[in-house]
Amino acid sequence: MINYLPILILFIIAVGFAVTNIGLSAILGPRRPTREKLTPYECGIEPVGTARERFSVKFYLIAMLFVVFDIEVIFLYPWAVVFKSLKLFGFIEMLTFIGIMLVCYFYIWKRGGLEWD
Amino acid sequence: MLNLVGLILLFPLIGAAINGLLGKRLKKDTVGYIACGAIGLSFFIAILVFCGLVLLPPEARLFEKQLFNWIESGSFKAAAGLQVDPLSSLMILVVTGVGFLIHIYSIGYMHEDKGYHRYFCYLNLFTFSMLLLVLGNNFLLMFIGWEAVGLCSYLLIGFWFEKKSASDAAKKAFIVNRVGDFGFALGIMLIFLTFHTIDFTEVFHAASEGGFAVGNFTITIITLLLFMGATGKSAQIPLYTWLPDAMEGPTPVSALIHAATMVTAGVYMIARCNVLYMLSPFTMTVVAGIGAVTALFAASIGLVQNDIKRVLAYSTISQLGYMFLACGVGAFSAGVFHLMTHAFFKALLFLGSGSVIHALSGEQDMRKMGGLKQHIPVTYKTFLIGTVAIAGIPPFAGFFSKDEILLESLVHGNFVYWSIAALAAFFTAFYMFRLLFMTFHGKSRVDHHVMEHLHESPKNMTMPLMILAGLSFCGGFLGLPGASAIDSFLSPVFGGHGHAEISMSGAAVHQSEGHPYLMMVISTAIAVAGIGLAYQMYVKKPELPQKLAGQYRLIYKILLNKYYIDEIYNALFVNSVKKGSLLLWKRVDAMMIDGSVNGVARLVGWFGNILRYLQTGYVRNYAFYIVLGCIFIMALAAFGR
Amino acid sequence: MINASIMTFNILNILPILVLAGFGMIVLVTDVLSSRKWVNRNILAYISLIGIIIAAVLTRSSTGTTLFSFNESFVTDNYSLFFNFIFLLCAGLTILISHNYIKREDINYGEYYALILFSTIGMMLMASGADLLNIYIGLEVMSISIYILTGFKRSKLISNEASLKYFLLGAFATGFLLYGISLTYGTTGAINLKQIASFIAEKGGMSDPLMVIGMGLLIVGLGFKVASVPFHAWVPDVYEGAPTPVTAFMSVGPKAAGFAAFLRIFLTAFGSSHLEWQKIIYILAILTMTLGNVSALSQTNIKRMLAYSSIAHAGYLLIALVSANDMGVSATLFYVLAYIFMNIGAFAIIIVLSRKGDECIQINDYAGLGFKHPLLAIAMTLFMLSMAGVPPMAGFVGKFYIFSAAIKSGYIGLAIIAVINSVISVYYYLRITVIMYMKEPAREFVPLTISPLMVAAIVISVVGTLQLGIFPSKVMEIAQRSILMMR
Repeated sequence: MINYLPILILFIIAVGFAVTNIGLSAILGPRRPTREKLTPYECGIEPVGTARERFSVKFYLIAMLFVVFDIEVIFLYPWAVVFKSLKLFGFIEMLTFIGIMLVCYFYIWKRGGLEWD
Repeated sequence: MLNLVGLILLFPLIGAAINGLLGKRLKKDTVGYIACGAIGLSFFIAILVFCGLVLLPPEARLFEKQLFNWIESGSFKAAAGLQVDPLSSLMILVVTGVGFLIHIYSIGYMHEDKGYHRYFCYLNLFTFSMLLLVLGNNFLLMFIGWEAVGLCSYLLIGFWFEKKSASDAAKKAFIVNRVGDFGFALGIMLIFLTFHTIDFTEVFHAASEGGFAVGNFTITIITLLLFMGATGKSAQIPLYTWLPDAMEGPTPVSALIHAATMVTAGVYMIARCNVLYMLSPFTMTVVAGIGAVTALFAASIGLVQNDIKRVLAYSTISQLGYMFLACGVGAFSAGVFHLMTHAFFKALLFLGSGSVIHALSGEQDMRKMGGLKQHIPVTYKTFLIGTVAIAGIPPFAGFFSKDEILLESLVHGNFVYWSIAALAAFFTAFYMFRLLFMTFHGKSRVDHHVMEHLHESPKNMTMPLMILAGLSFCGGFLGLPGASAIDSFLSPVFGGHGHAEISMSGAAVHQSEGHPYLMMVISTAIAVAGIGLAYQMYVKKPELPQKLAGQYRLIYKILLNKYYIDEIYNALFVNSVKKGSLLLWKRVDAMMIDGSVNGVARLVGWFGNILRYLQTGYVRNYAFYIVLGCIFIMALAAFGR
Repeated sequence: MINASIMTFNILNILPILVLAGFGMIVLVTDVLSSRKWVNRNILAYISLIGIIIAAVLTRSSTGTTLFSFNESFVTDNYSLFFNFIFLLCAGLTILISHNYIKREDINYGEYYALILFSTIGMMLMASGADLLNIYIGLEVMSISIYILTGFKRSKLISNEASLKYFLLGAFATGFLLYGISLTYGTTGAINLKQIASFIAEKGGMSDPLMVIGMGLLIVGLGFKVASVPFHAWVPDVYEGAPTPVTAFMSVGPKAAGFAAFLRIFLTAFGSSHLEWQKIIYILAILTMTLGNVSALSQTNIKRMLAYSSIAHAGYLLIALVSANDMGVSATLFYVLAYIFMNIGAFAIIIVLSRKGDECIQINDYAGLGFKHPLLAIAMTLFMLSMAGVPPMAGFVGKFYIFSAAIKSGYIGLAIIAVINSVISVYYYLRITVIMYMKEPAREFVPLTISPLMVAAIVISVVGTLQLGIFPSKVMEIAQRSILMMR
């Protein structure tokens, strides 16, 4: 356990620093709120409308499709690293994998998952 | 061929299922064909099975077909298997054969009834249950069949349930039988405790080889309990009162269930358990005693009844008494033989009376009959054969079987049994011919409205009558004294003691061994005397019965009111049970049970309400429960060690 | 190093799963092509059924062996094959009862069938998993498919709500499960069930409290999947909201899979220290049975009633787990099979009686059914009697075996509580029968259209319910043989 002592010390210092600073500024800082000061800060521009806007679900869909395919492509890297030792079997395996991915791609395409409208 | 035995059961079940499920949509004719076809097929298979059995050498005539193991758990094993041996093969022939004829008869008899398909569904179901009872190779299966025939009997007695008397009678039959069934069930449990099995073969083997002494206490209790069941199902004293009331059902039902088959289940059961019964002389005495007394008792009531079906009902009780008497003196094959012949002629008599009732548009009172001989000749002739057969005139079927019982009761029993049985035989001959004369002979006392519709029954009703008449005539030759085919056929089942080896009065054996023919003459004479008396009273001097009734008012009244047994039972059991239950209801039930039940219900409702509050529909609450559950499990795991 | 020939051999062991996956993809592709003239959506159900049958045949052909594959993380033994067969049967019956329903409700998409196939794959993985991670992956594949299926009626709010609830709570519970797996791995250094078992045996019990906590968390995660109290709260809401065939599917399949994993993990990995978990499961079983049955009493909605009844059945199955003997395991196998027939059968009848936009799920809607549609009413009566445990139905025999198992292990009190519970349950099951036969119809019964597939499903369920009730010994024998291989 003694090995972890520095970490504990660091942890205490970090927390202490944050707490001290926030606490000090809260105690010492002058407080004169005005209407202007209480509005949300948006790069100096006056805020227009509410920030709680509804996004089209299509953004999520596209994002998700991107992430899914991106991650699947990453699987190619470890395979490439051990490609030589896996030989033909690994190659066929990867072909199958890519085949499945193509089926998915075909399905998404045909379903209209890639179209905005 | 023996492997086909399962089909015997299957056909009636299929028939019942089709008629029960689809009967409403089928045409009446189709319903009838299906029902009769099912029984006909199963009769055909029964014949094949029988032939298959006969082809085997006598000592190998035991065939068991294991259908499946239902449940096996530890030492308890509930298997379902069928057993074909001489006894059960004879029974299935009787059940399917007589059943088939009665099914055909029913097509005509029930034709106008709106519950046509329901009727045939029940009837097929009954046949199935009866066959199950007979064919089962263990006590559990037999018990299932036993209960199922009781259920079908209940349904069919109460077939016209709009009539209060019919539904009352159905209830009575059911409840009285429950008393007997209770004993039967206890008996089976005791058998399992004693032998650790309920398989017939194993139980009987264990009983005969297991070193049980004759008179063993446990065996005596078992056999008494089983006999208690038999008194219920086979309408013996003291549980016979349901059978006369059961005549509220349709007449073919009375013929099939309450004369030919179901009520003989008790006799079959005792014959099946002969090994056990032979081990308990005390029970045998009880069986013989109750049988003999019932035979006489019921016959005496039959003397004065005026309802044609009730006379036959008491006659049935009386004849069943004979069968028990035979079993009680160890003459099992004589009992079974009488069972068979009785099935023939009593079915015939019931169907004949049904034909009479049918002809008279539902009239059952014999005082409103008479002189029907010319109007319904076929019914008359066949009825006459049946009457002669039951009265015991040679060479009709009833003679041989009854004579054998009389003989056995003297040889293996004692003089008291014989004299009671002989007196009952005299009564039988008398009341049966009284019935015949009152119905068919003499002046017509038929209402003239009814007279106009008087008609002979259709072909499909008279044909079964004729066939049964033929059987009643020649069925007895199977058991010719000295060369009895039935005796030798059944002997493997009864292990040689078809005629008992134990004899309660050993001296009697030597006394009358040489006089079977003398006995025949005597029993014929008894029958003739009974017939003669009836002829005197009801044909020659029709005013005589009135006078006698006036003279012996008390006896007449007692007999007419059936010894007031129903009233006594009502006062003793029914009323006291009612009163007791009223008390229980008012005091115990309303206050304690209801109070607590309502309390529990309220508690459950309250609990349910709390649960409903828990079922908020909010995910956050549900997640919270999961966390709580998790903490609970952790606590259990940590501290529950 | 990895040997190619061993790998190919391994692939043969998961052939049924591969076949199902292949057919799932075929269904998807066929569906997107169905805008063309030469492809018809109606064949999708048949394609999936063919896939299931092929998978079942392949499953059948590999019985009698115990094979480990993929570095001992996947096992093919009679136990897993029996369960695979159960899952395939369940999926097949679900497809039979779905075909007309999804057409009528305008949710006839290929994804429906594909998702059923995929979730079946997940269940099969769970039953065959020989290490915790494989079981976890199977569980996720199964669950995610079912989350989507629950919300398949996209235009219905209640369906969406159910789906979201199931998903959120499911994810939550999965968190517990994963935490349990990691704690187990952290304390034993293994995820393989056998290695965990040998580690515990070496230490002579669960010495490390963290290990006990890990085991407890596993109970939470799996308890959620089998709908054990207090992790059951999602069940009524989700069952009510999901499309009825999906409800039928998930009241049987995931529950069976959950128990498959439950039994394998706790009897294999933690088998030697069963005293640690038996008392927990003991209390869970009592709570689950009682709460399920008591709540079912007051339901007026038949889907909710069946939801609570399925909770109660989970309670009975937990008894078998508590017994922790061979008989308990084989009783579980038998009971799950019986439960498939009677439960899917009951849902099938509900579907037959419902119409578009009118689910017909109030219990009072069944009044007078006995006169209008006697055959349906008789089938429903059979299923209800079976669930109530009346002989000679399958449910009776199943309960008989489970209670005997409990008694055999000495849990007589538990068996008595279970019997009392099944007596309570008779009330609400028979209520439906009584309403069907004794009450005047409250509504007009429109003429029903029953597709042949539906008829097949109902007939199979009726036959199964009766067959298992009247001739149980054969199946029981197979079930008993299945567990011998597990050791």
